[in-house]
Amino acid sequence: MIKFSDQQLKTPKFMRPVYLVTAGQSKYDRAIPHKRTEELCIDAFKMAAELLDLTPAELKRYIHTCYYGHFADHFGDQLLGEAVIHDRLGLDPLGNVGIKSGGATGGSTLWEAAKAVASGYSDCVLAMGWERMDEVPTDEGNFLIASAADRDWESPMGQIYTGYYAVMAQKYWQVFGKAEASFRRTLAEISVKHHGYARFNPFAHGAMKITVDDVLMSPMVADPLRALDACLMSVGAACAIICDEPTAMELSKNSKNKPLRIWVTAGSHTLRPADRRNMAIPLLPNETASQYKNLGKEFPGGDRYPGFTGFLAARVAAYYGYRMTGVVDPTEDFDVIELHDAFTISDVQTYEDIGVRPYGHGRDYVESGDCYHTNPHTGKPGKLPSNLSGGLIGCMHAVGASGIMQVFEIATHLWGRWAEIHGDKNRWQEFGRTKPADWTDLQVKGAKRALSVSHAGVGSHVTATILMDPDHLLKKDA
Amino acid sequence: MSQYGQVQVKNNRYKFRGDFHRLEQHMPIRDADNGWKLVGVTKPRDMTYVHSYGGEAVFFESLSQGKLLATKCENPDCEANGSVFQPFRIYCPDCLSKCAVVDMTERAEKTAQIHTYMVCTRSGAFNVLDKPIRFINVEFENVSTILFSYLLVGEPVIGMRVRPVFKVFNPTYTILDLSWVPADTPAESLPEGFAF
Repeated sequence: MIKFSDQQLKTPKFMRPVYLVTAGQSKYDRAIPHKRTEELCIDAFKMAAELLDLTPAELKRYIHTCYYGHFADHFGDQLLGEAVIHDRLGLDPLGNVGIKSGGATGGSTLWEAAKAVASGYSDCVLAMGWERMDEVPTDEGNFLIASAADRDWESPMGQIYTGYYAVMAQKYWQVFGKAEASFRRTLAEISVKHHGYARFNPFAHGAMKITVDDVLMSPMVADPLRALDACLMSVGAACAIICDEPTAMELSKNSKNKPLRIWVTAGSHTLRPADRRNMAIPLLPNETASQYKNLGKEFPGGDRYPGFTGFLAARVAAYYGYRMTGVVDPTEDFDVIELHDAFTISDVQTYEDIGVRPYGHGRDYVESGDCYHTNPHTGKPGKLPSNLSGGLIGCMHAVGASGIMQVFEIATHLWGRWAEIHGDKNRWQEFGRTKPADWTDLQVKGAKRALSVSHAGVGSHVTATILMDPDHLLKKDA
Repeated sequence: MSQYGQVQVKNNRYKFRGDFHRLEQHMPIRDADNGWKLVGVTKPRDMTYVHSYGGEAVFFESLSQGKLLATKCENPDCEANGSVFQPFRIYCPDCLSKCAVVDMTERAEKTAQIHTYMVCTRSGAFNVLDKPIRFINVEFENVSTILFSYLLVGEPVIGMRVRPVFKVFNPTYTILDLSWVPADTPAESLPEGFAF
């Protein structure tokens, strides 16, 4: 589809306010041989209860339906893994359903959970996501991930998803990045930033104190992307509890967690990038058509939208989400964001898709220092810090859990509990990790609104989750 | 004696012959750092899937005959009327009417060029292409989409003119039977099994 009707572009509407009241996560690692998946899910659930000062049994009494994100049955070698987890969590006979949308599975799980509450079907729901990516060797893992590409037209070629994605990265690199060495260093900065922030996150397994040169010297994977430009492959679980207003108030009455308004929107685009057709750019509230009139002149080859340089699904998720919540300029209206940094270059592409910078100018978000907790050029707080968890590059990518981990992270900022949760020495010890001597509090002070983007592979599915302090909404009837 | 699994369609049903799976022993996984205690087991498995190309079968058969087929929406009431699709789509993505099959071999020979590419040094299990793999996306004049494939000879550059080559000897009947070479590549330089 290359033209959209008014009905298709209708601003989504929840039938009643929906709240995120708590969330939790397990430790993440490349392999966790001593725990079954359900043990990780129970770890995440217990943490969610603990943040409300409730026992797991007390929290379970409120749950009405359950939404489980688990991307790859074949990784865990268990069809209906959702039913296993549901049973081990002791949540029978509640209705539950599994959700799969590739890398966006976590975000899609939240999407379904939020709609269940918004519609009135349930007053309190569990959204839980996980992935078990340690039970096959890496090359077989790559084969299994490549199975998410088209099995006749793509996966026979190399059996490696990176390749199918990377042709788009190459196009962006040459058209918008102009294959400049300076842009290559900007990409490396993103890796340094995300591995570096992961050092302050006890849940993360990609903590590294590295330099731009380390990234540029790491093994080449798919030119210009190197090993340190890529996300992790992880094991772990994350969950969130989503409620209507009365339940949110009751659940949080003894907790430091202030219930947060939550909205989730979604977009999609062709599974095979090969099927992309040209169309007009769907504009975000902070853009005008005229600003893109000369895009092809400024960036030769950049006049084909979305071509291989943009992610229409991310643009559409933001298009719905911003209009739904009254967001006009994401850089002004949000205080912190978590993006799906599968690769450093896709992080830059997403800045443009969600309107943090106009198309063609994503690199400026990094080069200006706006994306940092503390702007390295000014020493002042970054304008819109991103991926303070370390993201998928530094924290984890346990596919079904990733989108929920991101929301957990932005919520801790809005709750003002980032330091308490990430600085707890007992947690570092429990996870067998050493809290660094230079551990730094990354709490974004006074954060009231946040965004996370969950993204599948080549952009087939993308969700945008927006959290807001209910006392700082941008639109009264959102 | 084991025999590769083979399948035919007869009377509109699959007929299976030979071995489609092999049984192998599970092996214990033990913790070398913790008294060799049991952690789990391996679960070996070897299976053969049966897969139908359905309405795309003609495309894959034609590759082995040196032809590149595409499809075209010919519904006069459709906004996409006249659009040519490569990858081959059985139905028009807009109106869902069945597309006409068109032979675009000559169009590919005359107009194909590299839209983007990626040289990939790694692969997943079961890969059969030589590494590094030179993934390319190929654009054509008057075709709405941009085909994903691989370059068989030379180094890719955006904008490079290429032409299709086909594995007409010992074809695999998969998308790997289609590849591309720089437009000025002489026939004698093609790897074994491939032809223009």
